[in-house]
Amino acid sequence: MADEQNKLTFKDFKSKGEVKWCPGCGDHAILASVQKAMADMNYVHEKYVTISGIGCSSRFPFYVNTYGFHTIHGRAGAIASGAKVANPRLSVWQITGDGDSLAIGGNHFIHEIRRNMDITIIMFNNQIYGLTKGQYSPTSPKGKISVTSPFGTVERPFQAGALVIGARGTFFARSMDNKINLTAEVLEVAAKHDGASVVEVLQNCVIYNNGAHRYFSDKEFKEERQIILHDGEPMIFGKEKDKGLILEDGKLKVVKLGENGISIDDILVHNSGVEYSGIHLMLATMEPPFPIALGVIRNVDEPTYANELAQQIKDVQAESKIKCVDDLLLSGKTWEVK
Amino acid sequence: MDTKSNVDEIQDVVIRFSGDSGDGMQLTGSLFSDTAVFSGNDIVTFPDYPAEIRAPQGTVGGVSGFQVHVGSSKVLTAGDFADVLVAMNPAALKANAKWVKSGGTIIFDKTSFTEKNLQKAGYIKDPIKEDKLEDFKIIEAPISEFTKNTLENSDLDNKSILRCKNMFALGIVCWLYNKKLDVAEEFLQNKFKKKPQIVDANKRVLEAGLNYAETIQAVERHIIAPAKIEKGTYRNINGNLATSWGFLAASEKSNLELFIGSYPITPATDILQDLALRKDLGVKSFQAEDELAAVCSTIGASFAGDLAITSTSGPGLALKTEGIGLAVMSELPIVIIDVQRGGPSTGLPTKTEQADLFQALYGRNGESPVVVIAASTPSNCFNFAFEASKIALEHMTPVILLTDGYLAHGTEPWKIPSMKDFPEIHPPIAKEGEEYIPYKRDEKTLVRKWAIPGTKGLEHTLGGLEKDETGSISYDPENHEVMCKLREEKVKRVENYIPELKIEGNKDADILLVGWGGTYGQLATATNEINKEGKKVALAHFNYINPLPKNTAEVLSKFKKIIVCELNMGQFVNYLRIKFPEFKYDQYNKIQGLPFTVVELKDNVYKILEDK
Ligand code: SF4
Repeated sequence: MADEQNKLTFKDFKSKGEVKWCPGCGDHAILASVQKAMADMNYVHEKYVTISGIGCSSRFPFYVNTYGFHTIHGRAGAIASGAKVANPRLSVWQITGDGDSLAIGGNHFIHEIRRNMDITIIMFNNQIYGLTKGQYSPTSPKGKISVTSPFGTVERPFQAGALVIGARGTFFARSMDNKINLTAEVLEVAAKHDGASVVEVLQNCVIYNNGAHRYFSDKEFKEERQIILHDGEPMIFGKEKDKGLILEDGKLKVVKLGENGISIDDILVHNSGVEYSGIHLMLATMEPPFPIALGVIRNVDEPTYANELAQQIKDVQAESKIKCVDDLLLSGKTWEVK
Repeated sequence: MDTKSNVDEIQDVVIRFSGDSGDGMQLTGSLFSDTAVFSGNDIVTFPDYPAEIRAPQGTVGGVSGFQVHVGSSKVLTAGDFADVLVAMNPAALKANAKWVKSGGTIIFDKTSFTEKNLQKAGYIKDPIKEDKLEDFKIIEAPISEFTKNTLENSDLDNKSILRCKNMFALGIVCWLYNKKLDVAEEFLQNKFKKKPQIVDANKRVLEAGLNYAETIQAVERHIIAPAKIEKGTYRNINGNLATSWGFLAASEKSNLELFIGSYPITPATDILQDLALRKDLGVKSFQAEDELAAVCSTIGASFAGDLAITSTSGPGLALKTEGIGLAVMSELPIVIIDVQRGGPSTGLPTKTEQADLFQALYGRNGESPVVVIAASTPSNCFNFAFEASKIALEHMTPVILLTDGYLAHGTEPWKIPSMKDFPEIHPPIAKEGEEYIPYKRDEKTLVRKWAIPGTKGLEHTLGGLEKDETGSISYDPENHEVMCKLREEKVKRVENYIPELKIEGNKDADILLVGWGGTYGQLATATNEINKEGKKVALAHFNYINPLPKNTAEVLSKFKKIIVCELNMGQFVNYLRIKFPEFKYDQYNKIQGLPFTVVELKDNVYKILEDK
């Protein structure tokens, strides 16, 4: 994919069309992060393809200047898979939301992950249906009051990370809409990862679910409630960088440095590339009182579907006597009528 | 082999092999078919098997059948009724006795006619009496017993020995029609290359069957002279294989790689399987997680520049509906193959029907025109798969290709075409450097251009929302109407690129039979026979359904009586009533999951003519 050329800037990815998301919507910031990541990666411009389903976030292809396809609800994963198999040289970005990928498109989502389709999947998680005006979604917390759950939901929500890892995902990362640099940084790693890379971006819907992620993003407490993971670095967080994660009895535990003899050497060191997914699953599913994990949580190498298929075709072609349709038609049992 | 004594020549024969679905009847039938073809006969075959892979042994529900029609001139159908029935157990007799011509020959495995098996099949004691088969020529052959005797000294276990009994039956039939055993022997040799013991056992039983028939001399032998067939190289082909290969031809002639995204479904699955085998020709086969992903991956592959197709059957087509709408809206070329089966719902998965026509034409939300074409013989599935691809690619539209369970699994000899006789396919691909407006149309065809991702400077966005010429989302009321009409008119103009409707039979007739798709063989045979019997009739058989051939009204106007025959409750006839209300139509319909028989077609045509 390293078709590098004249340096692109994020202006090259600005679309001519007007961006029509609500003012203040988290989507604007994610768009900026994507444009920045695409420019920074600097592939040739015509290789970028954005494919989306339906929902607020799915309007994305109209707002970014790349080859784009705004499709139907839930199906972006299947359409992106077809495009990637047809032309593995494309850099395919799938834009989806929590409803689009975890409800109506759940099946395609898990299968593109299982197949390790080389697609960068950005899932905007605002825990609500925005475009249809405020119904609860598969990631809305239990008890969420919405127009279709006026007395609160009685459903348990999905944890996107657990689903990705359950589907044998090779890449999972998380960011927040207002962290433009972190999002862009994570996206670049995701796009360069060979395989299905899911980036969950916690996104604020100002209209129908304002403040859904406030617990984590609250200015006053965010250092205590977020942990940004970096490979090779100990998992510490907090304003004073005085808290960390350790494993105890097979479970994660928050500890304070200096207390009970805990030193920096006791703290877990992040390794997104370890094949064993247990620790990644624990990190991806941390809920209060734990901090939420941000950054690249899992990033392991596995062969991708399109490459494996292309290789299989090459291998079979090298062996087969059938080189064209005429050869095929005359192969096997035939007879002459004279 | 004795070819002189007691042998008379006949025009054609229909043989039906039947047994438990584990008895190898499909193999026996196809080996006899190959034998006949290699001796110069023309054939059409039709397998008839249960939906369950292994229904309870010995029950009527578990019976699998294979019918072959062998002729000394061109045969067009697998035959209405069998001259000879081979029944490997009482259930097979029970299920198939009604398909034997009265006075026909029934060969059954006497060994398997035990009290227990008789009861399992629903007989009390005496099947001949209970099913009133006294007037048939019955050969009670101890097939299992003689198979065991033949292999008495072999090392094979009892189960493996009994597995050879279908070869005994094949041996009998080969003797009856004076056929050599070499084709079957060669097959066995290849199939069990690594198991010489099995080859030997099967061959011995095959010969034993032939010797048995010769020894008992129970019924007359017949010869079916070689048919006068056009010169050339031939092979046997069924509809699903012909369909699969037609797409490979289109891929070669369009210079596009072939992508198939499909989900397994009876009776269409072979198409995915046949194309999955063709990695040597670069096929990207994608077994999707469901029918929605099948059509959507196909749309994605088309967006990215492949010749992209998806195969399915009725229930799957229903699930693909929304996806096809997206292809209509974004004007991307895809081909959807619907191998029709009995419906609604799961219906009759292994049986044939033509009841998806309305679904193909109208089964989508909004004004959603697609091209619909239908193949009419097993081998011309190849041509119509090619044609479907050509239309899709050159007109930037989804095309639904209708075949059916009868065509899919029916086989016939096929004169192998040469690729040099097929036209090139020219999709309207936009080139680097040109100004690209996604929905700007060719004036003549109204076709838009196809800008393939990866091409420098042609970045654009497609989508399922209504848009204007530039591809920008548009909710403008007038624009929507204009766009709907343009999409409709684009499909309509395909009529300028398809052949005119032809008439067969007696061109001076007042009576026109009309059919479409997979019923051609029966309708053409009925037309010939009615003409021979003295009544003048013509036949118009449709392959192009939307748009219809341009001369359709002109053709229909020449006849006083139009009788539309189809395997549904009247979908095509009602379509014609909408399109050409100026004509009056009679109709004959059948919805039993079975093809027409020539006899019932003729009977009903005569009846309609009497009724006036
Ligand atoms: S409804 Fe919510 S998610 Fe949709 S654009 Fe407005 S703020 Fe954003």
